[in-house]
Amino acid sequence: MSKPKIATTSMCGCFGCHMSILDIDERILDLIELVDFHKSPVDDIKEFTDRCAVGLIEGGVSNDENVHVLQSFRENCDMLIAVGGCAINGDIPSMRNKVPLRECLDEAYLHGPTVHNPDGLIPNDPEIPLLLDRVYPCNEVVKIDAFLPGCPPSADTIWTALVAVLNGEPLELPYELIKYD
Amino acid sequence: MDESLEQAVSEICDQYNNDPTRLVDVARAVQARLGHVGNAAMDAIAGNLGIHRVEVESCVSFYSFLSTEPKGEVVIRLCDDIIDEMKGSSRVARAFRKELGIDFGETTPDGRISLEWTPCIGMCDQAPAALVNDVVLTWLSSDAARRIVRELREHMDPQKLVHSFGDGNNAHELVRAMVDNNIRKAGPVVLAPVTQGDALHKALSMSPAEVIREVKTARLRGRGGAGFPTGMKWDFTRGSDGDRKYVVCNADEGEPGTFKDRVILTERAELLFEGMVIAGYAVGAETGILYLRGEYAYLRAYLEHVLDDMREKGLLGKGICGRQPFDFDIRIQMGAGSYVCGEETALLSSCEGKRGDPKTRPPFPAQKGYLAQPTVVNNVETLCCAARIFEKGSGWFAEIGPHGSPGTKLLSISGDCSKPGVYELPMGVSLADVLDLCGARDPKAVQIGGASGRMVGEDDFERSVSYDDLATGGALMVFSHKRDILKPVRKFMEFFVEESCGYCTPCRVGNKLLLQCLERIMAGKGVPEDIEYLERLSENIVTASRCGLGQTSPNPIRTSLKSFRVAYEDMVQEPEGALRPSFDLGAALAEAEKIAGRGSTILNE
Amino acid sequence: MSDTFTFTVDGVEVAAEPGQTILEAAQNAGIYIPRLCHRDGLEPAGACRVCTVMVDGRPQTACNFPASEGVVVDNETDQLLELRRDIIDMLFVEGNHWCMFCEKSGDCELQALAYRFGIAAPSFPFQFPADRQADLSHPDIWIDRDRCILCGRCVRASRDLDGKHVFDFVDRGPAKRIAVNAEARLRDTDADVTDEALEVCPVGALMKKGTGFDVPVGRRTYDWEPIGSEIEKRQTQE
Repeated sequence: MSKPKIATTSMCGCFGCHMSILDIDERILDLIELVDFHKSPVDDIKEFTDRCAVGLIEGGVSNDENVHVLQSFRENCDMLIAVGGCAINGDIPSMRNKVPLRECLDEAYLHGPTVHNPDGLIPNDPEIPLLLDRVYPCNEVVKIDAFLPGCPPSADTIWTALVAVLNGEPLELPYELIKYD
Repeated sequence: MDESLEQAVSEICDQYNNDPTRLVDVARAVQARLGHVGNAAMDAIAGNLGIHRVEVESCVSFYSFLSTEPKGEVVIRLCDDIIDEMKGSSRVARAFRKELGIDFGETTPDGRISLEWTPCIGMCDQAPAALVNDVVLTWLSSDAARRIVRELREHMDPQKLVHSFGDGNNAHELVRAMVDNNIRKAGPVVLAPVTQGDALHKALSMSPAEVIREVKTARLRGRGGAGFPTGMKWDFTRGSDGDRKYVVCNADEGEPGTFKDRVILTERAELLFEGMVIAGYAVGAETGILYLRGEYAYLRAYLEHVLDDMREKGLLGKGICGRQPFDFDIRIQMGAGSYVCGEETALLSSCEGKRGDPKTRPPFPAQKGYLAQPTVVNNVETLCCAARIFEKGSGWFAEIGPHGSPGTKLLSISGDCSKPGVYELPMGVSLADVLDLCGARDPKAVQIGGASGRMVGEDDFERSVSYDDLATGGALMVFSHKRDILKPVRKFMEFFVEESCGYCTPCRVGNKLLLQCLERIMAGKGVPEDIEYLERLSENIVTASRCGLGQTSPNPIRTSLKSFRVAYEDMVQEPEGALRPSFDLGAALAEAEKIAGRGSTILNE
Repeated sequence: MSDTFTFTVDGVEVAAEPGQTILEAAQNAGIYIPRLCHRDGLEPAGACRVCTVMVDGRPQTACNFPASEGVVVDNETDQLLELRRDIIDMLFVEGNHWCMFCEKSGDCELQALAYRFGIAAPSFPFQFPADRQADLSHPDIWIDRDRCILCGRCVRASRDLDGKHVFDFVDRGPAKRIAVNAEARLRDTDADVTDEALEVCPVGALMKKGTGFDVPVGRRTYDWEPIGSEIEKRQTQE
């Protein structure tokens, strides 16, 4: 019997949640018994070629590329799990939601105290993703099936959730595993 | 500090004996004198009244007719309710905008004229309408708007904009309003002719206990909508311990679509005040307060005149009617633009010079009301009924209408009908008969009881207006088949978001969430589960909210979902792609596209 | 005391004295009724509505509703749990609650309630208010309005315990916010770092400067035990 496939991505986040996935330590060997990794930074598979049982999403939706990635995850995964604060509520990147986009760019590229930009240009290569007006929680862009809070969620949290989901059990985290920090 | 400002504020505070419980009056007066209640004025008020500055700011910032920022000498407030919208207020708005060269919420660069929206001003029967400072202008058109601005620029005197007066006391020299009464049907209780002093003399010939018994025998119930037995309320207040007792008349008629109290105040003020005196006699009060909504400030001088006249005739003041020594006087407390102040405990907070936050209950006003003293709070119409009961007898009153709902009810009818106005009809009248009487055109829905009431459809037209069936404070808005049912619902929800006091979580946050979801559905971006979301959220707001505002604010959604569910179902659909329909990608990218001068690369591949 | 009477909370008999609220009496009996705007020692406000219970079938806030003989109080029904969850969710989406860098995280009562209710994510859309101004003007105290949940504890504590009235609410509805007794800045008030008002903030909105993150993760108030456990332990000890 073929193993269920799992996909992961880091959008507008810091990769900390992926580090936390790796923090399950030797249990990763058990995990490999349970699933195959498909599209993921872990194995560097870039495009979906197969349907996946679970998609783990790190990070909020900050630009057009994030939208594109999240859309493809929704289309190719049976279940999407928002992993970590950024995916759930935008967290640190969403601090920019209090500031208009133009001001954010000006601060980052033109007028910030540490900026050295003699040309006075805001980078604008067609390959550079366009920022959205604000950072969106994933669940506002596509339907998210489950949430693992934390910055990052602990390895135990991720492990507990994955085992439950892969065994078809309800995802109920014990008290000490629900943390927002 | 500016000495003239200091002096002006000091004079005003002196007028109110530097009494902090008169803060709303002080702030109104300061605003009238200085144009706004700015930082320096707030400091000065706090100093004079001996309270903290932040208490002044807390109060001033609460009321929409008070402003901490400078405003124009003249403020045009165009009524923003659904009826005005149906009668063309958007055209009027466009004309005002264009003629003034400013948008709503702005002031002309010369600082002379401000333009604002305001919720229902109680003129739905002559909409579109606006307030220009305290002056009411009705039956507006885009031509009228242009003329108003031009005339204002010449003389800056709102009163001069009134070229002809309405009927009855609207033409009184102290009113001089273009408002029409539109009394379509006068009934025997409230709108029948009054012989001044008759009711009062008869009531004062009885003992207070007998007065209360008479009101109980008449089975009079509160006309504001909730229908609490009036005699019982008076009895509780009489029986409560307190140094002083108060009678407060709730003339804060803010429920969108309601205007019958306006007509009572214009034409039957004598009857109303007699009702207040009788209530005072019954409960053992010496002071009455008429809480008059800010929108009806144009009636104030006239009402003061009626009070003076009653004092002269011995119907008010010291030793009323000369029998047992009974003193009772009435003061008018002006509101300042806040719907929630129609909630009786919020109204009392406002009378005490505070922001209009409702009070914790228990204790109830009958136990601890105004200034923590036993207080009876009655609706305008209720007090008129009470007075008439003494003139004509409780038996006479109790025989009108069904057993559980004796008497008549004043209905304020507006919307898609040929005869909008005020109707005094016996309780128990069927909705179908009411619709016939007012010349309803092809009615599809009736909003009964105003924004916080319920929306009923044809299936309910045979039901009756009474406490046991369709209980209502009296507002009836008719919507014909050509109307989109969801538009009034959205208007009402916008209203509640604007008027929530913000004290409790479910009302402050929940109503905004309801409105957002409704807007999503109306924009064609709703999904079927949004309907369940609306239902569940509504239920929890109703259950958890602290006062009547939040407990009824989801009613437009709840009742329209019951009567017109298909209107919602037609607007929602299962999403076609992976993206949520509510996520507006175009809008989310617009600013970046503008800045970059290009479209998205990855999404256009 | 001879006036003592009883009523029930979820079927459990609870003793009370005249003048006690339902919340007080239940708490004395080791029954925790979740609350947020209420704090022992402050005048109850009934603002957050988290402590909503059913009293003889009618919703009332336990923090300010007087206990009375024989009433039947429902506390932990499915309906009330859902209702309280909704209220907690509303408070989370109304402000900007970035827990991961908040000094109060682990000791925050809003966060702790969400943990107790097992909330992985709020069920309402985040509002991301952009107009919430921080006030860093005072040398020892700062206000982070992003985190304020408008419970009014600081208003009551400053007024009733400190006798100062440093804080009050201004504006109304969704625009309602906490203001200070000065034109704009906290430093222009008589607020002091020893004020009781600073001790009562349930979230990280009213903070002492220079004291963040001094308790390591794992040793903070709500790291291992849900809020309310201290009250519930009274029951098991008896």
